[in-house]
Amino acid sequence: MKKHYLVVAASIALAGAVSATAFAGGPVDEELVIDGEIQMTTRTAAPEGHPLDEVISGWHYRTKETRALEADTFENPAMLGVEDGEQIWNTVEGTEGKSCASCHGDASESMAGVGAHFPKWDADSGRPINIELQINKCREERMGAEPYAFDKGGQKPLTAYIKHQSLGEPVSLDLAEGDMQSWWDKGKELYYTRFGQLNLSCSNCHEDHNGEYIRADHLSQGQVNGFPTYRLKQAALVSVHNRFRGCIRDTRAEYPAAFSDELMALEVYVTWRGTGLSVETPAVRQ
Amino acid sequence: MAAVKPRVKVPKSASAGEVITIKTLISHPMESGQRKDNDGNAIPRQIINKFTCEFNGQMVFSCDIDPAVSANPYLEFTAKVNEAGSFKFTWVDDDGSVYTDEKEIALK
Repeated sequence: MKKHYLVVAASIALAGAVSATAFAGGPVDEELVIDGEIQMTTRTAAPEGHPLDEVISGWHYRTKETRALEADTFENPAMLGVEDGEQIWNTVEGTEGKSCASCHGDASESMAGVGAHFPKWDADSGRPINIELQINKCREERMGAEPYAFDKGGQKPLTAYIKHQSLGEPVSLDLAEGDMQSWWDKGKELYYTRFGQLNLSCSNCHEDHNGEYIRADHLSQGQVNGFPTYRLKQAALVSVHNRFRGCIRDTRAEYPAAFSDELMALEVYVTWRGTGLSVETPAVRQ
Repeated sequence: MAAVKPRVKVPKSASAGEVITIKTLISHPMESGQRKDNDGNAIPRQIINKFTCEFNGQMVFSCDIDPAVSANPYLEFTAKVNEAGSFKFTWVDDDGSVYTDEKEIALK
């Protein structure tokens, strides 16, 4: 009788091992080429001081169908948002009678490569700013227009349009600018701090368990090189601070306000963790 | 809402007799007529109700579209190309507007 139990236990263990292999979703070994033209860097050696050996884009962790959507700009549903952004770029707003284009001209030239290096140090406010905040700064100071509230108005499409001009450019941050290093430190501390009733830090999922499942969801490294990203779940562009807040909320913690010091520090640090990956904006995710 | 804008992707050339894939997308809200605004008034239906594709004047593909189709309808279909010519795409809106696009294709 005892022997019989053992056999059963062994076969259960075996079944477990088999299904784990069948469903284990490490990153797929494929290459992302946009429209058969732009070769993307989606895996690269990690920068010095990085806890992982290799940084891997979230694209590798998604299903075949989702990956295909991103590889073809015609099928990428977020390209409609990018086109909206182009319209906003050329639309005059505010008391100064200016549009983005009035100063910056053709975005495909003036913004080429720009989005790959945000967040940047902003000496005026004494803190790092991302593209969203840079847009708001321009709107207030140059256009005489109201700044966009978080995720409202043209913030997401315009951010996506600007960052899309850097498609394929490797992400890199200049930590020597201003006080960026101390914000990086603060961001790192947050990344490893456990939050919420579930007592989870960013690293618990995205560093320790990427490639594995959390319930039905498939954990990636949590790279932000494709933001604003199109999430099929929301059927809309999703900003990086929205996603940060969503992740923190899911740990059952109270989440900080968008563009707060906490989330800006986290954006600096998490962007750095994806150093060398191509900008994929707008990426398509689950 | 962005302006209604049709988009089409057709290969620039094909060999005679080749079956090509055509992808079309039109940005459109596809308001179903089932929704109400914040004051409880029904939002009138406004959708693209018909799509056609002609090649050198001959119908290649057509379909009627109903309110269950979501915003920005995407249609993909195949067509056999025996000669060079042009594809003409037509979307018909509930309000009577007709949006068109045209794409040339050459023989290899």
